Amino acid sequence: MTRLSASAVTASYAARVVLRDCSFALGSGEIVAIVGPNGAGKSTLLRVLAGLLRPKVGSVSLDGQHLASVSRSQVARRIAVVPQIFDTLFPFTVREVVALGRTARLGAFGRASADDVAAVERAIDELELGALAGRRIDRLSGGERQRAVLAMALAQETAVLLLDEPTVHLDPGHQLATLELLRELARRRQLAVGAVLHDLNLASAFASRIVALADGRIVRDGTPFEVLRADLVQAVFGDSLEVVARDGHPAVLPRIATRSR
Amino acid sequence: MRTVGILVVLAVALVASAAAGILVGAVAIAPGDVVAALFGSNDTSGTIIRELRLPRVFGAALVGGALATAGALLQGLLRNPLADPFVTGTSAGATLAAVVAIVLGLAAPLVPLAAFAGALVTVTLVWRLARLGGGTTVLTVLLAGVVLTSFAGAVVTFLLVSSDRLALQLRAVLGWLQGGVSVISWPELGVAALVVALGLGFALVLAHRVDAYAFGEETAATLGVDPDRTTTAVLGATALLSGAAVALAGLVGFVGLVIPHALRFVIGATHRRLVPASFLTGAAALVLADLGARTIIAPAELPVGAITGLIGAPFFLALLVRSRRIVI
Repeated sequence: MTRLSASAVTASYAARVVLRDCSFALGSGEIVAIVGPNGAGKSTLLRVLAGLLRPKVGSVSLDGQHLASVSRSQVARRIAVVPQIFDTLFPFTVREVVALGRTARLGAFGRASADDVAAVERAIDELELGALAGRRIDRLSGGERQRAVLAMALAQETAVLLLDEPTVHLDPGHQLATLELLRELARRRQLAVGAVLHDLNLASAFASRIVALADGRIVRDGTPFEVLRADLVQAVFGDSLEVVARDGHPAVLPRIATRSR
Repeated sequence: MRTVGILVVLAVALVASAAAGILVGAVAIAPGDVVAALFGSNDTSGTIIRELRLPRVFGAALVGGALATAGALLQGLLRNPLADPFVTGTSAGATLAAVVAIVLGLAAPLVPLAAFAGALVTVTLVWRLARLGGGTTVLTVLLAGVVLTSFAGAVVTFLLVSSDRLALQLRAVLGWLQGGVSVISWPELGVAALVVALGLGFALVLAHRVDAYAFGEETAATLGVDPDRTTTAVLGATALLSGAAVALAGLVGFVGLVIPHALRFVIGATHRRLVPASFLTGAAALVLADLGARTIIAPAELPVGAITGLIGAPFFLALLVRSRRIVI
């Protein structure tokens, strides 16, 4: 079932057009990876989908409703966004950060209901943050902080989860673990997951669909095998890449010219 | 429950500071006479307590509480501990507007209103600059603060020298500008107390939304906070609190910077706890600072701003050095 969709969206920052005529749909239970070279408009597409940037042309709809007409607090109950920046100088504890996910549902003076408390504990469990829950977020490693912010988004208990490069601060082991968790959540909670990913191989292994952007346009939208083809990968990302099939997924490898001494 | 416990402890500390502020002064008055004076005895000590010490203690508490609360809000919004009404130039903007109001001969109750307007204009300007700043936000804000403060200072000096109305009360105006709570009347206090109560009320209602700014304005939006409305409301509350503080006591520096930052280490960063705790602690701290200001070189008096500057400036520098690696 389609949760979130963009139709013929054009978006710009001031006079600079960053997205042109993009149509995109995200349904329950699927993980869609948004890939593309730097400056292709991936983060902008995510911002448009999250309602943070109004498209100049076209529209975004959430469960059939025009996104621009939904209040921020209602959007926050249906779309959670994991930001790329999650540095803070303040000594919030992990549990307090996760509880930020409940902001839209709190009562007057920020009073938390039993539901709020339960959602926070569930998200902490899901990301195995129990041991860190009382620790200060500004003293954690990048990977631990990333998990805390992911838990914050899960505590929002939304049907849609958007992530802007969720693996960028993680080592390869944690990258795999995070994406496995996302796949599990998409299946168990029937979440619609849209993630900007830099790593084409992670996208290939975990995404049900890949959307490739280049220069503000969606150049292909399909299964990993449909998108990660040598001609497309080379046209979008550069000639020095080759595509091989491995374990039932396409894999993208750099072709490094051997230099003579 | 932990929150309630902390706030009770801080409230007791405030009451104790206020008691010290009323009991101790340049003229020695026995505790028994102080109590009698509070209940309306008609001798000299009655006058000293009711017309001098009590309004002064009350005024210092309001100013300290207002500045610390405004500091907590500004720091939360700017996501940085290096901000308060003083270093961002907000207090200077409020001072300039208040001085202009006095020069124009506006009625006394309008002076806090002018100070609020000045604070609002300045703090909005600072916020706009911070949003332009990108990665150099803090530096931008601090530089803007320096520039705004010296600009406002220059205009104030010009007005002081050229206005006949101010020349007549130059000493009083200078004392006020440097952060003095020595000449506060009860009607003035009443107006300021109302404004501070309003600002504090807004701050308490907004506190949990300020938490959502921890990872920036955009993440606050995705968490369900309407960023434009909330930012406007928080800046408005900041301006109410800074304007009231400036109208009462001129430029009292660093209270808004030091108190919330120090409190965070003890009670954590959550604004639902930090905002009321900052008010109580700021109030107690400024009552004690003022007690120092009028007893250290008694019978002469220092403006309380001199004390907060002496303690706050080194603290600010230490903070700047510590945060350099992360922020600037």
